[in-house]
Amino acid sequence: MLRFIVRRVLGAIPVLFGLSVILFLFLRLLPGNPAVAILGQHATPQLVAQINASLGLDKPLYVQYLQYVWGLLHGNFGASFVDGRTVASTFLVRFPSTVELTVGALIFAVGLGIPLGRLAARHPNGWIDGAVTVLSLFGISIPIFVLGYTLVFIFGVELHWLPAIGQLDPRLNVTPVTHFAIIDAILSGRAAAVEDAVAHLILPSIALGSIPLAIVTRITRASVIDVSNEDYVRTARAKGLTEKRVDDRHIMRNAWLPVTTVIGLQVGSLLAGAVITETVFAWNGVGSWVVTAIENHDLIVVQSLIMIFALIFLTVNLLVDIGYAVLNPRIRYG
Amino acid sequence: MSDTESTPIVRELTPAELEAIQLERPDFEVQLQSLSQWQLAWRRFKRHRLAMVGAVLFLGMCAVAIVGPILLPYNFYVIPTPDKVVYAGRPPSLAHPFGETGGLQRDVLTLVVNGARLSLLIGVGASMVGATLGAIVGGVAGYFGGWVDNILMRIVDIMLSLPLLFVILVVSKFLGSGSWYLIMLIFAIFSWPGISRLVRSLFLSLRGEDYVDAAHAAGVGDARIIFRHILPNAMSPIIVAATLSVVSVIISEAFVSFLGFGVDVTQPTWGNVLSNSLNFISLGNWWWPLFPGLAIVVTVLGISFMGDGLRDALDPRAKE
Repeated sequence: MLRFIVRRVLGAIPVLFGLSVILFLFLRLLPGNPAVAILGQHATPQLVAQINASLGLDKPLYVQYLQYVWGLLHGNFGASFVDGRTVASTFLVRFPSTVELTVGALIFAVGLGIPLGRLAARHPNGWIDGAVTVLSLFGISIPIFVLGYTLVFIFGVELHWLPAIGQLDPRLNVTPVTHFAIIDAILSGRAAAVEDAVAHLILPSIALGSIPLAIVTRITRASVIDVSNEDYVRTARAKGLTEKRVDDRHIMRNAWLPVTTVIGLQVGSLLAGAVITETVFAWNGVGSWVVTAIENHDLIVVQSLIMIFALIFLTVNLLVDIGYAVLNPRIRYG
Repeated sequence: MSDTESTPIVRELTPAELEAIQLERPDFEVQLQSLSQWQLAWRRFKRHRLAMVGAVLFLGMCAVAIVGPILLPYNFYVIPTPDKVVYAGRPPSLAHPFGETGGLQRDVLTLVVNGARLSLLIGVGASMVGATLGAIVGGVAGYFGGWVDNILMRIVDIMLSLPLLFVILVVSKFLGSGSWYLIMLIFAIFSWPGISRLVRSLFLSLRGEDYVDAAHAAGVGDARIIFRHILPNAMSPIIVAATLSVVSVIISEAFVSFLGFGVDVTQPTWGNVLSNSLNFISLGNWWWPLFPGLAIVVTVLGISFMGDGLRDALDPRAKE
């Protein structure tokens, strides 16, 4: 097991190296000059040269690359061209929102998807199964922002049941400590603040979680039906075990395997979907930061964020593989 | 001896008997008609009801895209001069069954029908180019193996670990300049890695087949083996993957447009019509976003159904 982990981690190094080279070159070679983007209409050749020098953009490419990698290895992802703050510091402020959103969406998807999948699998091809299948296909087909705006329109604007946008009502004056809205609200010790933070999380979680919900439901259904046809399930029933016990101990335990893998694989698409969801719901997360950084030509930020997201993605994939090996004793990685 | 000769067990049929039997069409004479692989697949596909529905939806949408703009009374490129400015637009009516937008009072049906052209073209075009690239890279990697495979698959690893949407946003912002064919190319370039992995694994298993060895022994060249002997047998999963990739391209195009990095609004796509409308959603003109949104959902559902049917039809062994 340990050998497997070590090998996988070592295997990720060339990928990360290639990634950094490609990203670096790619963003440098794009047309458009950041100095011009910063200065806007005030750009004069002297000012542009001055800014380029202060950003280190006048040095040869390989020097810039080495400086960039040197920074990466020291946990220094560089500073934004636009506001001068380091990527790391802004990331620490914004990332908690994205984590909250992703976790909320995962809870929604898994919490609803597994029961729905089990329900559909109980009578394959029955009417409940049909309804669940159609529902999950709709979940995959609706673009996140369409669903998001529909939810905002119905529950936020028309019915006033839930707050439409934002994370925490600024009137509550919750002091940001961890930048996780819910944790900050709990730290403030006021029930109203916690309630507000949770209420703000509901609609975005549903919007972002709809695609994973559909996928988790379909996989759970397929996996449960698959396992239910195994001989040992029939044996368990023949032994006279209660239906519930067969369900919990014999079917679900084995049906979990593909479901866990798929849940793990959703993390990548959730992070991408967060870009859209945060824009719809006006959250200050990493996703909306990516969009503004691209608009502002803020190359260092864009480059670092893509790098960080790739790192997260590779880590999650590794964890999924390890989790798979832990859950499934039949798999032994040598 | 003489007995058996007088009543032979085997004798010739009299012409009358022969005719009677021929008229009767005995049941051992079966009408044999050989079916090709594709005909068999088509038969299985036809039996898949949902897939047929999907195919009809998708082909219907294609038909709308091709002839719709010609048949409509309004031309997208002729910008109307509104008789009276109603900011919220007008709800669906007989003259405008999908309603009118706010501002320029454009006919929403015209926008949706014209949008179908580019949306489908981008979706289908990017998927086909992506699948072709993926088949070539995956085929070469799987067939040759060794260092070629290693290098190509590391590149694929890198591509697959990139947060795709970010990269597409960056590229369309800096290189896309709002033209649809560049957006299409960008999607094509970023959709091949997944398919190439699939093709590689297919080639890895197929290159060990006896008929490949036979072709080698007969002195057939590598290129011919790849394209004439292995690729046709790997076609089914590639077709399914390409079909389903149309779905993700259409949805991604909508995402990119929504974030303001997509095709320029002077060229309508469902994505940019939809994202345009969302800026005015607070005026209560639900019909403006509803119809392009429905067009996306209907198309995507149709293609997904069709993809599921194709999978079952082309690869009966992979059935659940």
